[in-house]
Amino acid sequence: MPLPDEPCLTGEIFEEGTVLSLHDLKQMFAVEERHIVEWVEEGVIDVLEVDAVEWRFRGSAVRRARIALRLERDLGVNAPGVALALELLEELEQLRRERRVGHP
Amino acid sequence: MEFKDYYQVMGVARDATDAQIKQAYRKLARKYHPDVSKEPDAEARFKEVGEAYEVLRSPEKRAAYDRLGTGPRPGEDFRPPPDFGSGFEFSGASGMGGQGADYSDFFESLFGHARAGANRSRTRDFDAGRGEDHHAKIMLDLDASLAGGARAFTLRVPEIDAEGHLTMRERVLNVQVPKGILPGQTIRLAGQGAALHPAEGGKSGAGAAGDLYIEVEFLPHPLYRIVGRDLYLDLPVTPWEAALGATVKTPTPGGPVELKIPAGSHAGSKLRLKGRGMPSSPPGDLYAVLQIALPPASDDKAKAAYRAMAAAMPFNPRANLGE
Repeated sequence: MPLPDEPCLTGEIFEEGTVLSLHDLKQMFAVEERHIVEWVEEGVIDVLEVDAVEWRFRGSAVRRARIALRLERDLGVNAPGVALALELLEELEQLRRERRVGHP
Repeated sequence: MEFKDYYQVMGVARDATDAQIKQAYRKLARKYHPDVSKEPDAEARFKEVGEAYEVLRSPEKRAAYDRLGTGPRPGEDFRPPPDFGSGFEFSGASGMGGQGADYSDFFESLFGHARAGANRSRTRDFDAGRGEDHHAKIMLDLDASLAGGARAFTLRVPEIDAEGHLTMRERVLNVQVPKGILPGQTIRLAGQGAALHPAEGGKSGAGAAGDLYIEVEFLPHPLYRIVGRDLYLDLPVTPWEAALGATVKTPTPGGPVELKIPAGSHAGSKLRLKGRGMPSSPPGDLYAVLQIALPPASDDKAKAAYRAMAAAMPFNPRANLGE
């Protein structure tokens, strides 16, 4: 239940409602442009329209990029390895949800 | 204060080489990395391993740590010697893993002063005109997402205090839950992050605060499992309902419906109820997964019915097992 005396904040679903530019991602993660280009080439993150003059990304790319950066930093995985890990993690997550295994 | 045996944490000998330490770290980091691991204490173990590696990878910190010996006897309290670290120059925290710098008291007491400065500059927002973005996580009921609407949440928000230490502050917020939000998605509340500190000299005014990102995870639901936008429901049916077909009352998020079970259904058959999953455009589907429930042979009448079935249907469910 909401608190009666507080204002209610309205937000947006970041993954769906937000479109980001290459510049936004560069700033957000403090990485070079070629790092993001490599992520796109290896399938770590997807661009909205491949043929567009300027790349645009859906908000869901942020979560993948954040995991990518952590895996690269903590485990020494390169971009193709991150792409593989993300795919396997997603598949595992889907199976876990379907089978309800691993839920608290 | 508890003494930390970093060699034990890493599972290496005290005379381990740098290569051995790195190898042990990689192996443990893969095992406990919060993005990868489902071990219940993964995050805590990952931090512990990261902290141990932070010390053992640096020749200066490792040498200073080695001077402490193997620590006090069990049960004895550890106090850092007053001259700890004298003669060594610590270069501060490098790119250690984990969710920001969140070290043990033990680490802080030994190396904390070396860390504070480095950490501060690392967590500064790169956009000089805005305050920091904050991140938090909430657990939501599936029903809250299905209905949408205002809810109060208590968030624990990390903050860097004046001395550069990381502290957690509780903050209660009323938030409009977007209808149909999915687990793993994030609600962005513009301008609800950190205000821009005046000393940092940013533009003043409304645009100066960072944003608050609230990641949503779902509590397990008694009936439904959620996969993408679809919901899965285990629907128990009797053997005769599955074999002969039937119409059964089935719960859905929008209220119960009559669901037609086709004749010849079997355990695990998935019946799709289009558009009865998570509300979004397009909405997800609801899948009823059939479970055949056997009535117990609890009295003579039931036993006779089972015997009659056995006599009427010579059926071998193990025909495919090669016997």
